Order: sequence, then structure tokens, then C-alpha cells
Amino acid sequence: MRNPQLNDNGELQHLLTLDGLPRDILVAILDNAAPFTEVAEREVKKLPLLRGKSIFNLFFENSTRTRTTFEIAAKRLSADVVNLNVSTSSTAKGESLLDTVDNLCAMQADMFVVRHAASGAPFLIAQHLHQQGRDDIHVINAGDGRHAHPTQGLLDMYTIRHYKRDFTGLTVAIVGDVLHSRVARSQICALRTLGVPDIRVIAPKTLLPTDIEKLGVRVFYDMHEGLRDVDVVMMLRLQNERMNGALLPTPQEFYKVWGLTAEKLARARPDAIVMHPGPMNRGVEIDSSVADGAQAVILPQVTFGIAVRMAVMSMLAV
Amino acid sequence: MNIKIANGRVIDPAYLTDRVEDVFIADGKIVARGEAPRGFVAERTLEAHGLVVCPGLIDLAARLREPGFEYRATLESEMDAAMAGGVTSLAIPPDTDPPLDEPGLVEMLCHRARKLNRAHVYPVGALTIGLKGERLSEMAELVESGCVAFSQANVPVVDNMVLMRAMQYAATFGFRVWLQPLAPFLSRGGYAHDGEVASRLGLPCIPTAAETVAIYTFVQLAKVTGAQLHITRLSSAEGLRLIRQARGEGMDITCDISINHLHLSEQDIGYFNPNCHLVPPLRSLHDRDCLRAGLIDGSVNALCSDHTPVDDDGKLAPFSESEPGATGLELLLPLTLKWAAESGLPLTQALARVTSDPARIVGITKAGHLAPGARADICIFDPDARRKITHKGLLSQGKNTPFLDYELPGEVRYTLVEGQVMYGG
Repeated sequence: MRNPQLNDNGELQHLLTLDGLPRDILVAILDNAAPFTEVAEREVKKLPLLRGKSIFNLFFENSTRTRTTFEIAAKRLSADVVNLNVSTSSTAKGESLLDTVDNLCAMQADMFVVRHAASGAPFLIAQHLHQQGRDDIHVINAGDGRHAHPTQGLLDMYTIRHYKRDFTGLTVAIVGDVLHSRVARSQICALRTLGVPDIRVIAPKTLLPTDIEKLGVRVFYDMHEGLRDVDVVMMLRLQNERMNGALLPTPQEFYKVWGLTAEKLARARPDAIVMHPGPMNRGVEIDSSVADGAQAVILPQVTFGIAVRMAVMSMLAV
Repeated sequence: MNIKIANGRVIDPAYLTDRVEDVFIADGKIVARGEAPRGFVAERTLEAHGLVVCPGLIDLAARLREPGFEYRATLESEMDAAMAGGVTSLAIPPDTDPPLDEPGLVEMLCHRARKLNRAHVYPVGALTIGLKGERLSEMAELVESGCVAFSQANVPVVDNMVLMRAMQYAATFGFRVWLQPLAPFLSRGGYAHDGEVASRLGLPCIPTAAETVAIYTFVQLAKVTGAQLHITRLSSAEGLRLIRQARGEGMDITCDISINHLHLSEQDIGYFNPNCHLVPPLRSLHDRDCLRAGLIDGSVNALCSDHTPVDDDGKLAPFSESEPGATGLELLLPLTLKWAAESGLPLTQALARVTSDPARIVGITKAGHLAPGARADICIFDPDARRKITHKGLLSQGKNTPFLDYELPGEVRYTLVEGQVMYGG
């Protein structure tokens, strides 16, 4: 089967998932991101790389943070950015996803940054563009359902590399709602590609997908055991609507068993870093003392995120 | 018209015969095989040298989309597809709009079908009004109008007391109850098998337990009500095990699978292929292999197309938002032949699963076999021809199937319904 995110020369055509993304491309994105981190420190935070290009932020699901980071990344590359919150406009009027895409193509878009509540939606768009002969338009998946959030996975890898240098000796734990998390899936794929030998997931059974072991991870239910000697702790966000019901009894109980506290973190290696994709639920998945503590690299993640998104956009559209 | 089918390889699965002989047809019936009856003069001879002559296929699930979904397909378009597929009898699930819960609707459907004069239709009535699982339908009246069994299609009855009463009522008359094993809460909000592929793609799941819990419930209710139970579209190895177990306890339960589940698994979803969005979901390779083995040994009684034409717009959506279903009438024979070839199964045995075996489940006695006196519903096909499945080549209005671009064996040359050549020639 043709990998829909690569062109016939094996180069990146779209960024849809980190699952099956060749290692050399993944590393190239991280390498290319490094110089972009310096742009932010300049007086004029702008490069002319994407001057004259039109980038559409096509958000079928609400998001302020992710959309903003993509917007900043595009603007720092001098692209023209249009934000569309489609959840509140055309689909509410009955327009189909692909009708919306066709309309924006007619407006000479160069790139779509897509977020959608259904897994696989950006694949459908990429496939449609190919069938329409519009291989000049690129798609970046900014999060689709539970499936993938590749730029988040990449910025997480960038962060790990920044603090740990080498992936091949690391133990990494991913903690929380793996079942509903597109972030976790992208993280797991990237960590495997980069050669992390011990990837762990820690969660109650109700928040783990079936056969998750087949993705190449070790499953732990107990934080004390799962966090032992890890180098990296990646916390996941627990959505409000999942805190009370058939998946979990209460946020309090979740915090007690799986919330990251200083005491539980002490099981990890002393130089372990703590990550979170944001927005955090303090007192549910993470204690404030840890979130604001010396081991947390949560705000650097945000900063690196812009550089990584600049790298992806420039690799696709230049 | 008197027709002679000459020199064909005549396969009659009901009697396990497979030999080259002539078939003679008069007044819409088969009058003889081998030797012509005294005084028989053929007005037309169909040369069938090198071709297989078998009973017209009987499909346990063909949605013709009328009434209610004419934008997806019409009786005309789907009857053409049936003829092109060699399918001469169709059981119609009740999930039309409105559902087949009223004698007038069923009579209208039968009337429209008769006027088109192609495949015979056998409507399966709604077990409950509007398929809502609340009030029983007028089963006795519906049978008078032409219904052959009662079902909920893919809409599970939530209230098991209603289900038990409906099965009791049907059992009063000896009516058959066809049930899709999908436990309502366990299947809610899911779109794919709860396994490795859905975990990787992040697709909400329907666990195997949705099927097994339902089968267990159906079996227990059949036991206490005495209802004649047929379980439709099985998808899992564990489900089949439960059915075998119930039979081991002396229960007479039949079941079928679809062509999709005979050949495909969750792996075929690939990169979110919406053509693989089906109900029930495609399950693991292990499940598929067990169902294949079950169809060989007969513990799965029949193979059906589960024909569900969906228009392109219905499929041009992300996997979970796309319409489930696939076209199948024109694929039933080729996929039966593909399975037979891959399993090394004799055609007499393989074709039984789409002719004589489903005939028994529907209760058809005058078709599904080729004995003298039978209705001359006949399919004549070239077993050696291969055909690529394309959007253009399909007559069904629904062009969506996971088998697009497959090259499949078997090409129908003639389809006869009651002794009339309705396709080919």
C-alpha cells in the first residue's frame, strides 16, 4: 500500500502520522528545527521562507493553543495565515468536509493545517487532493480523533533530545489516558522509530487500548512500579468528561493512584524530566509541585513546538 | 418457452451431483436432465460447453434500498445487479424507511418486484414496529403478505423482555427469527474491531463481546421460547464457538456470514479505507480463518452478500462518519469461487452455501436445486474467466466495496428466472 504521506520519491508530501514515518525524515525534521529556535530570540522574529504562501488553519474541532502555535510558526516564516473554525461555520450549514476543502483549494491554498474529531480525516483530505491532481497542496495533521498528533510527537522528541541527547538508552513512561490520546499514539511511534528500548504505559485498564503491547510498549498499572528508574515521564491530559463515569470513578481517585506527585516521581531517575502536552489539570494528573518543579520541561516544550512546526512547514512548502 | 441448456457441467449441490449433461426447461420449470422428455422441442438452446450450470444463487441479505433510500439504489438498479450476479432469490432485510413492519409496505415491495419480473424477493419483516424494540409487529399478517422471517436488521432490541416476547410470539406460529448479534450497549459508538488495528488508528471499537453476549442471550431466549433462531452475519471465532456449543446441547440454530467477513480482516482497513466500514466490523485474521473453516465444515450454514449499496457521498467521509456497508450482489458468486479455490473445496460443496443451504434457511423448496419440477432459476457461469472489479463494471448503484480492483474468478453468462433468460445471451 502506498504511504499517503510520502511522494513517489519517498519525500515528505504531507505530515499525517508518525506511524511508519521513515527515521531519516523524522530526524531531519528535528535537525531542521534546531536553527529555528534562535529566530525567536531575534529582534525581528521572521524569516522569508514561506513569503507569498497561503496557509489555512482548518480546525473542525475547537483548539486555541495548537492553532495559535501553528499560526505563530507560519507567521514567523512570513506566510499568510487564515484561521477557519469550521465547527462553527460551514459544516454547521451542512457542507461536507471535502466541499470545504475544494472551496479552499479554489482560493489557491498552499497548505492545510487540519484538526478533526474523527480519526483519519486528514488522510481523507490528502487522498482527495491527490485524486484532484492537487499534489501541490500539503496537509499537516494537527490532531485527528484518537489517532495522531504528529507535530506534538515531534516536539516531544525534540524536547527529549534536547535534554537527553541520545534515545537508545532511555526508559520512557507515558502516563494516563492512552485510550483516547492521539498524543500518546504519536509519541509511541516516534520513540520506537528513534530506538528507545523501554517504552512504558501506565494507566488503569479502562484507559488502555486493546493489544497496546503490539505497538511495542510495556504495560504497567502501578505508578510506583512503572516509574522506577525512568528517564522521561510523559503525562497525558485527562479530559473532563472522562473523569466521572464508566471509565473512572472520580478525579480524586485518579489523582491518588495515577497523579504524578513528588513522591511518585522520586521513583524515577534523579535527572528524569517531566513532560505534559498541555493544558494541564493540576491536582488530577499532575501535582503543582511537580508541574512547577525543577524537573518539569513543560514550558520549553511549548517553545520548541513552534520551532518544530516551522521546520515541518518549511520542509513541506519550500 | 422450451429451453435446452446443452453440454454444461451441471452442479446440483442439493444432491451433490456434478456431471456434464443437458437440462430441459418448459413452462418455467426444469422438466428433465440428461435425456430430453418425450416430444420435447427446444425453442432455444443455450450452449454451455465449458460452463457451469447451477441453481440461481439465493442471497440471505440484499438491501434494495426501497422504500426510502432511492437516492442510494432502486429496485431496478439492484435487480440488474442481481441478474448480473446470477442471484435469483433475495431475502430483503427490513431496515428500509419506513421499515417493513406493515403488510401494505411488504405487499407493495413484492408487487414492485414482481412487475420487474427478475429476482424473486423474500421480505424479512420487522420483528418490532419501526424496529424500535418496543411493540411487536403484526407477524401473522406480515407472513400473509409475503414475509418469510422476522428480524431487527442491525438495530438491536435493548429490552430483553420485549425480545423474549417477540420470539415467543413468532414461535407460536413457527415463524423464523433472524437476529444480528450486536449487544446494544457494547456496540454503541464503535466502528471497528477492538484489536490491534483500531488501537493503532485510534478508531472507537466494537468488542467481540458485543457479539458473544448477544449470541448467548439469543440462545437462552430461543431455548425458553422455542423460537427458530437464525443468527445473521457472524463475525467472530468465539461467536461461532458459542453456536457450536448450543448445537451440542441439541439446539437447532443456523447462522450465516457475509462475503466480506469470509475474505477480509481488520488489516484491510489500511489507511482508514471507508469501504471497510461494515456492520459487524471486520475482525482479526484468526476470526476470519475460523469463519472460513466453519463455512467449509458447514457449521456456518450459508454465505450471503450482505448487499448494502451506499452512494459515494456516504463513503467520502472519515471512517467513523462514513456510511457502513458495501455492494455485494455481483460479488457473491466470484467470492464463493475464490474461497472454494483457495480452500481446495469441490464446487458442489462450495455452491451449496449460496444455493441449497440458504434455501433451507428461507424455507424455499421449489428453488435452490435442479431436480425435475424445480423452478427454473438457473445460473450459468464460466468458472475459468477472471474479471477485475471496477466502479464502471458494477451494475449496482452502490459502487463501494472493499474488493474494488480485485481480480476475481467466475463470470456469469446467463441468468434464468422461471425459465426466462433474464441476463446474457
